[in-house]
Amino acid sequence: MNVTRRNMLKHLGSGSTLAALLVSGLMKPVTAFAGPWSKPSFESKDMAAAMKNIDAAAAVESKDILLTAPAIAENGAVVPISVVSNIPNTTRISILVEKNPMPLAGSFEMAEGALPDVGVRLKFSQTSNVRAVVTAGGKSYMTQKEVKVTAGGCGG
Amino acid sequence: MATYPIRIRALLKGDVTSITAIVSHPMETGLRKDDAGKTIPAQFIQVLTVEVNGKKMMESHLNTAVSTNPVFNFKLKGAKLGDKVVVSWTDNTGEKGSGETTIIPG
Repeated sequence: MNVTRRNMLKHLGSGSTLAALLVSGLMKPVTAFAGPWSKPSFESKDMAAAMKNIDAAAAVESKDILLTAPAIAENGAVVPISVVSNIPNTTRISILVEKNPMPLAGSFEMAEGALPDVGVRLKFSQTSNVRAVVTAGGKSYMTQKEVKVTAGGCGG
Repeated sequence: MATYPIRIRALLKGDVTSITAIVSHPMETGLRKDDAGKTIPAQFIQVLTVEVNGKKMMESHLNTAVSTNPVFNFKLKGAKLGDKVVVSWTDNTGEKGSGETTIIPG
């Protein structure tokens, strides 16, 4: 064996650094953003496929998500939607419009310090359910409501 | 080259900062046709981020369903008056834009 004290300390040092990184990574999952724009998720053609692609196929209904959307939208090109999650450790809010050609309209990820409270204006091609999906603590939750559209927002 | 003005407001009330960002952007779906019947190619913001004093707080991934000249509302907790808020975006054609403001009393 030819392990000097200096080398030994070096090895110990790098090992504990790695452990510290691992622990800090485990302790702060909320600061991690989930990666690049997901083409398969956004190009999903129906609700079931989109839900699967955002890892929310098993989402359970929750009354702790407040989804605000007009019951009737005269202009489908500009429908204000807001979502507030009261579920602890919410890290992502996704909004899907069921009858749009591509249901997933947007996914909003938040780090610690950003509140799970987002507002956006969306196009509706026709009367449709709008669904808010919340990711919190590795689980998915959802709520939805119908928006009646009198003039579509995706036509040509 | 097209320009895409962005307007941002960040108002602090209590310990909650409300951020409103408005981007001038066509958010073209790729489904519309022009008067000659030719499809207008899709151009839409895909990623929009919010940074406070250089730290990323929000990352939004968006689709063509977001309305033209999109308006976003976000909220932060714990930010302070004078903190710098930067909103940046990238669209599917590679265009980019950003704007910044400081947090003021709401």
